[in-house]
Formats: sequence, C-alpha cells, structure tokens
Amino acid sequence: MNVPRHWRETPERYRMEAAKCRKCGKISFPARLICPACSNKVFDKTNLSGKGKLLTYTIIRTAPEGFEDIVPYAVGIVEMEEGVRVMGQITDCDLANLKTGDKLISKFRRMNEEGKTGLIMYSYKFVPDVGI
Amino acid sequence: MVGIIGYGTQIPRYRIKVEEIAKVWGADAEALTQGLNLYEKSVPAPDEDCTTLSVGAAKNALARAGIDPALIGAVYVGSESHPYAVKPTGTIVSEALGICPYVHTADLEFSCKAGTEGMFIALHLVKTGVMKCALAIGADTSKGTPGDALEYSASAGAAAFIMGTENIVAELLDTHCYMTDTPDFWRRENARYPEHGGRFAGKPAYQKHVFGAVEAILEKTGMKPKDFDYLIFHQPNGKFPVQTAKQLGFTEAQYRYGLLTPTLGNTYSGSSPMGLAATLDEAGPDQLILLVSYGSGAGSDAFVFRTTKHLLKNRDMAPRVRKQLNEHLKYLEYGEYAKFRGKILKPE
Ligand SMILES: [Zn+2]
Repeated sequence: MNVPRHWRETPERYRMEAAKCRKCGKISFPARLICPACSNKVFDKTNLSGKGKLLTYTIIRTAPEGFEDIVPYAVGIVEMEEGVRVMGQITDCDLANLKTGDKLISKFRRMNEEGKTGLIMYSYKFVPDVGI
Repeated sequence: MVGIIGYGTQIPRYRIKVEEIAKVWGADAEALTQGLNLYEKSVPAPDEDCTTLSVGAAKNALARAGIDPALIGAVYVGSESHPYAVKPTGTIVSEALGICPYVHTADLEFSCKAGTEGMFIALHLVKTGVMKCALAIGADTSKGTPGDALEYSASAGAAAFIMGTENIVAELLDTHCYMTDTPDFWRRENARYPEHGGRFAGKPAYQKHVFGAVEAILEKTGMKPKDFDYLIFHQPNGKFPVQTAKQLGFTEAQYRYGLLTPTLGNTYSGSSPMGLAATLDEAGPDQLILLVSYGSGAGSDAFVFRTTKHLLKNRDMAPRVRKQLNEHLKYLEYGEYAKFRGKILKPE
C-alpha cells in the first residue's frame, strides 16, 4: 500500500471511523458518499465499538509480499455489533481453535511496513475477545 | 485537586521463560530465577510495538475515565523503543484515540523513567490549569543483547494514565525528583542493542537514585515509610525493588501488589507505572501510595497519591493488570522468540 492511500484511510484504519446515515441510521464502514439504504447524502461520524463475531475465515499459508514471515495466519469476515461486516486479519489466536461464531474484538496493530526504512502502517486487526 | 481519573494497561500475550533463554546461552537458570527473582517475561507479537501497546493501554484508561477523548489537551508517550527515530509516537496514538487535532504531544525518552516523566508533566499541566485533562503513557518493547543479562528481563508492556480534576481516583499529594549524570546504561543512535556500565547497575545507579528520591519526598511531606499503604519502585528485576524497599524500612505488604517483574519482566518505561496500575486494581479508598521510578542515566521521580472512593467503581470498566498478566498466555521457544524480536537476520 502506498503512503498517500494509507494516510487517507487513517480514520477507518486507526479508530474504525464509520458513517451513520442521518436519515435512516444505517451505519456504513468504510464511510460512503451515498447511503445504500435510503440514498441520503448526510452522515454523522461514529466509531465502531470493535466488538463482533466471526462469520467466516480462511487460513493463509502462502502469503502476499510483505506478509511471508507471519504465515500461517487467519483472515476473516467479522460481523460487528453495529451490523456491518468487516474483513480483517485475526491475530493473537490459536488457529486450531478458531471457529465461526467466536467473539472477537479489534486491536490497533502494525499491519505492514514499506521495508525497514519506510513508513510503518497501522490498522485494526481482530483478536479473541477474552476480556483483556 | 488534581490526580488520576483513569488508568489502563496492555500486556502482550506471549511469554518466554528464563530457563528457555538460559538453555540457549548455557547460563545458570537457577541463579537468575532465585537470584534475581525473575521467572518469565512478556514478548511482543511481531505486530505489536510501543505505539500499539500505548493505544491499547490508553483505550483502557479512557474506558475507566469515561470522558470524551477530545477533552484531552496533551499526550505524552515515554519510551526507549519509539518505532521511529524521527516521527512522533504521540501523534499516531492521538489519532488512533480520536484526540487530534487540538492536542499537545511529545515523545519522551529517559531509559526506564520516561513513563513517569510524562505523568509528572501531565499532572502539573492539569494542576496549573493549562488544560482540563492530560494523558501520559509509559510503553516499551525493549531488547537486550542476545545472551546478555538484560535479555532475561527486557520485556513489553504499557500503562496509561489520564490526569484530571474531576472524578479523581487517586489524588496527587506531592512529587519530588532526584537526578545525576550516571553512566550506567545507554544506547547510541543506530545501535541495535543497549550497553551497560557493568558494575554501575546496582549501588551508584538504581539504589542511590531511588534512595535519594524516597528520602527527599519523605522529608518534603513529613511522612514515614509506615504511613504508606502501598509502594511501587521501578523493577529492573525482582530483586532490586525488594532489597531497596526493605533497606528503606518498607514491608512486603506494601509492595506486593505493585511487584510485577517476576512474571512480567522489565517493561522499562512501563515498569513502575504498570506497578501503580496493579496497585490501584487492589487498593481501597483513602489509601496512600508512594511511586518511585528509576531511569538509567540517571534519575528517579517520586509521587505520593491518595486513592478516593471513585476508584472502586471506576476500576471495573477495564481489565485488571493481573488478568492481562495471567490469562490467555502463549509460551514461546527461543527460536520463535528470536524471530518475533527480529533477532534473526535475513538478507535485506
Ligand atoms: Zn440512510
């Protein structure tokens, strides 16, 4: 990912900033310009709580460039308590015990870096919600 | 009245036992565990660093304080493992917490004392009325040279404190500092690992400064060791703080809640602040706490806090330190640990 794109996506990556439709209340993540439910164009900013449950996942064993050192790792779709579905990496978990329906919570983690001298990119990832 | 209105910590889930490290280097594990009261230490995951631990700890502090993040006027992150040589940790943390843009941030560095430095500044900015709330964080993911004594203790963790004037959980009563130029520990720019002045580590460094700060604050406040319900010293290992506490006339009942190093390791800038958090987890209202940090180079900051009744309901809003320390753990072998810590070099 390049630096300008990472910077543009900071609100959603750093604090899961979503858009709540002022007319119908539907929450969009990432934020949209037009509400998919009612076509309204006015939104309020709201941060997702970070809590959700695992809908489905896959385990990556052959990773794309930049992620080779962390295989095997899980990527899944999480249904957040606000109703939106978010794709993300699931870290700090025991892969053998991971199952759909697991309660997860988002954490702020290092996602990637542009080599050893480039920008460090932070984003949300999910971890098992064990109350810590 | 000024004091702590919310506190929180973050500890990685990974651990390595002292025996596992000793096995690789042919060291005497028992001399380390028994001699230094050091059994295992936390290890950051490859995707954790000073910034991510700071954010985790600060989120817990915000949950306890129950305030709008935008009320925070300053964010200070104390660490000797800031991810960048040039680019502040504080702005990333502030952005992640939703505190930007009307905030003053600074990254602090003073070996293991950087966390209490931020607390000192934050408390006094609020006390003098410059701002309503200020956030101070001590966080580190420190590395010891492979095989060196510090490799057995250098660990990872963070503690965050929000200072304010309303709904205080621990009121600040007084502070005192004790600093001298002491060559006990340093890391030069671009050096991968720190170096230490060998025999400087004990008496002329840790002991002298902790003693100096304790004696000065007792003199300033007119208090005696027995007046305090709880005591937290910086904890480079499990031996120094216990030995020094006893020499100064404190007892185990006073330091037991705050002593985390035996199974956490030395979290550097997070060390004594995390001990304070663990003590707040257990303290009752209207109790006196003495916190004394130590950072090589060298200096100690001393703080006297008195808990309030707000502490009791406030602390259930986020996980306690011992829960983070004792649950959901995963133990690593030395090879995995070396990989996690970037100690295995691959071609660039
Ligand atoms: Zn709508």
